[in-house]
Formats: sequence, C-alpha cells, structure tokens
Amino acid sequence: MSSRQKMPVINIEDLTEKDKLKMEVDQLKKEVTLERMLVSKCCEEFRDYVEERSGEDPLVKGIPEDKNPFKELKGGCVIS
Amino acid sequence: MDQTFLVNVFGSCDRCFKQRALRPVFKKSEQLNYCSLCVEIMAADGLHENETLASLKSEAESLKGKLEEERAKLHDVELHQVAERVEALGQFVMKTRRTLKGHGNKVLCMDWCKDKRRLVSSSQDGKVIVWDSFTTNKEHAVTMPCTWVMACAYAPSGCAIACGGLDNKCSVYPLTFDKNENMAAKKKSVAMHTNYLSACSFTNSDMQILTASGDGTCALWDVESGQLLQSFHGHGADVLCLDLAPSETGNTFVSGGCDKKAMVWDMRSGQCVQAFETHESDINSVRYYPSGDAFASGSDDATCRLYDLRADREVAIYSKESIIFGASSVDFSLSGRLLFAGYNDYTINVWDVLKGSRVSILFGHENRVSTLRVSPDGTAFCSGSWDHTLRVWA
Repeated sequence: MSSRQKMPVINIEDLTEKDKLKMEVDQLKKEVTLERMLVSKCCEEFRDYVEERSGEDPLVKGIPEDKNPFKELKGGCVIS
Repeated sequence: MDQTFLVNVFGSCDRCFKQRALRPVFKKSEQLNYCSLCVEIMAADGLHENETLASLKSEAESLKGKLEEERAKLHDVELHQVAERVEALGQFVMKTRRTLKGHGNKVLCMDWCKDKRRLVSSSQDGKVIVWDSFTTNKEHAVTMPCTWVMACAYAPSGCAIACGGLDNKCSVYPLTFDKNENMAAKKKSVAMHTNYLSACSFTNSDMQILTASGDGTCALWDVESGQLLQSFHGHGADVLCLDLAPSETGNTFVSGGCDKKAMVWDMRSGQCVQAFETHESDINSVRYYPSGDAFASGSDDATCRLYDLRADREVAIYSKESIIFGASSVDFSLSGRLLFAGYNDYTINVWDVLKGSRVSILFGHENRVSTLRVSPDGTAFCSGSWDHTLRVWA
C-alpha cells in the first residue's frame, strides 16, 4: 500500500500543558457564542417526540409471544 | 539597572552572534557565552512562558464561568417536571431470550447488522464472531493478531465487519459465504492510530469509517484507500466511545473520553461544535437520542446523563444512591422512552428517560456488562459481558 496517509502524529501524551490549554481556550471561545434554546421548550419537544412514538416501541409496549422473533426455541431452528 | 561585573571575554555571542562583551552561562555542564542584552531577553522569555501558562489557565477558567452563566440563563425547568403529566410505564417483563456462547474470554464490544438478526461481537481472546441471533449459530469467526479487540462494527450493507483494539488499527473484513475462502486473507487495514482503538463505526455507507483511540483523537477514514479524511483533536485524554448522529440530522458525531468530556463534532470541518463536562469520571459510552437532538452518556461515576444539544446542557441524570458501579454502555429504545444501561456490577438498569426513574433491573450476567445495543427495529437488545457471553433480551 503506497501513498498511505498516517495520522498526523498527535498522541495526547506528547502535547505540552501549554498546547492543551491553548486548544481548550480556543474551543471555549467558540462555545460561548453558541445560540441556545430554552430548556423548557427543548424538554417539551422531547416529551412530545417520545409520546408520539412510544406506542409503537416494541420494548415499551411488549410484543405478543407469537410475534416475537426471539420467542423460545422449541428445539431445532426457527425458519423465517 | 545596576550591573557590575568583570568583563573577561569579548567575542561572538552564542545567541545573537554579534561581537560583544560576554558573560559565561552554564547550562547543565555546557558553558555558553551570551552578551548582556541576550541574557536579559532570555530572562524575560522565561518569565513570559510562566505568565503565558498562568494567563491561559485563568482565561480558560473565566470562559468556563461565562459558559455556565449563558447556559444557566436558559435553564428554567427540569425534564422530569415537564414529564409529570406523562403516563407512567407499566410493569416490564424482559428476559434473556438467547445466550450466545463461544468466546473464550471477556466480550468487549458488539454491533447489530441492519437485518435485525445478525450481530458481530469481539473479545479479549482476539476473536471476532458473527452470529445469527435467532438460531444462535456462529456464521463467521476470525482471529485477530492481537488480544483485546475492543471495537467492532457491522457495515451498513451487511457484507463486511470492522474491528480493532490493541493493534492500534481498525481493519475491515469482507464477509464471505464461500467455505473455501479464508476471511483473514481479505483483511484490509484501514485506520492507524498511535494508541489502542477504542471504538469504530461505519458512516452511512461501507466506504467510510469513524474511529476513536486511546491516543486522544478520533478520525474519519476512506475504507478503499485507507486514506485519512479528517481528524478530530480536542480531547485531553483517551477517547473511549463515539456515536454518529442519525442520518437525517446531518454530519455530526459525539465522542466521550477519559477527560470526562463529551464532545460533538462537525465531520466536514473537524471542529468541535459543543462540549459537555459534567461527569465526574471517564465516559464509557455515548449514544444519540433517536431524534438527533440529544444524546445519553454512561460513565465510571455510576451515572448516565442526557444532554440536549439545542439547550446546550445536561437535562437529566439517571442515578441512584444504591448504584455505585460504573455504567459501561447505554442505548435507547426505538422511541427514546427507555434507556438501557449496562453496569460493572453485572446488572442492566432500564431507565424511564422522561421521568428519570429506574423502571427495571435485569440480572443474568455473571460479570461486568461491557457492551449493549438495541436492535435496529427495537424488538430486542443485546448485551455482552466479561462472563464471555452475549445475551439477547426481549
């Protein structure tokens, strides 16, 4: 395999304290300027999303034994 | 400034090379000669270096404080309060439907195939096995050249698997049903890190793989050529896990590490767009919520947490005083109503994501649960353990 690109040699153990701090400060500067939504609004949308779908969620409502693809094996293979 | 010294030497300064009166300076056992101007500049640089470190630290602290303030401004309610009017969940009857036995040592990772019945698992014994979970038959097995295969993933097409661990690589094996073909012969080495591979995942196609490593980075690779497409730097320690956003929500992924941070990345630019540092220990597992607007994490601090990406903060914490062992792996049920989490105390706890309460505790494994994934259609979930087995629950 010719022309194979290797990871730019960065092993976290090789970075100096100063390098790591610089990375952190640059990152924090970006994050402070993010646009955020009100938590209540996010949670309400969250709750609505879940409620709409949990009726169809097999692990929430349970699956009738005969429709369960993982029902007990009665000896031999399950042919599907 | 008073400076009195005897000038014995006049010559070329070892730093600026100008002809000046020189002072001897000893570095270890070497003698160097600098002019007085250079001596002053170097002393100032040394001070400057320390000042820089200290000023960076205080800048980081003040930025973190500002971030907290901004986030707090929007924190008007808790998730469980909003969920008060939601009907409580009924009793759960979930039990082990299949036990997959065959690994000779700790199971470290598993992943489902999109066909909802096959799955791949990897172990400390160096083996990677593809199972038919309906019949419990082993369809393929390959032995890796290293032990501790900490990561494995099924390709979206179902035609290949990827795996890696202490070999610092991620390799792709095409799955062949030709009995005469040796799976190991077609192995393709794709990713190369400078430390262990902790997690891997195909993107939307078989053509690209995302990896996370003990070297503190994540990376995106082209499978065919092995070329590095993008690298992601930002974690301050080993990265232990990653998860891709559901395809509808775009090109991002989340990673968690030993630096207690969960970071969300833009795959195209390589930039970290958001970071969360509320866990008190290593983050072992991260998983996107089905809508893509949130993700859950499991940590050695014995808690699981939910982070909303639009509110940019943690909105729920799933913990109990009685749970003191680390959570190793988490996944959501199809609708996101339930969060399944495997723990180092051998149990699986099932959490009501909205109300924050535990709805069930599943016993069965005889050692740590190390990996857990819900099947693609949500009809079951699979857990892997240090007890050498995998269990399918429904």
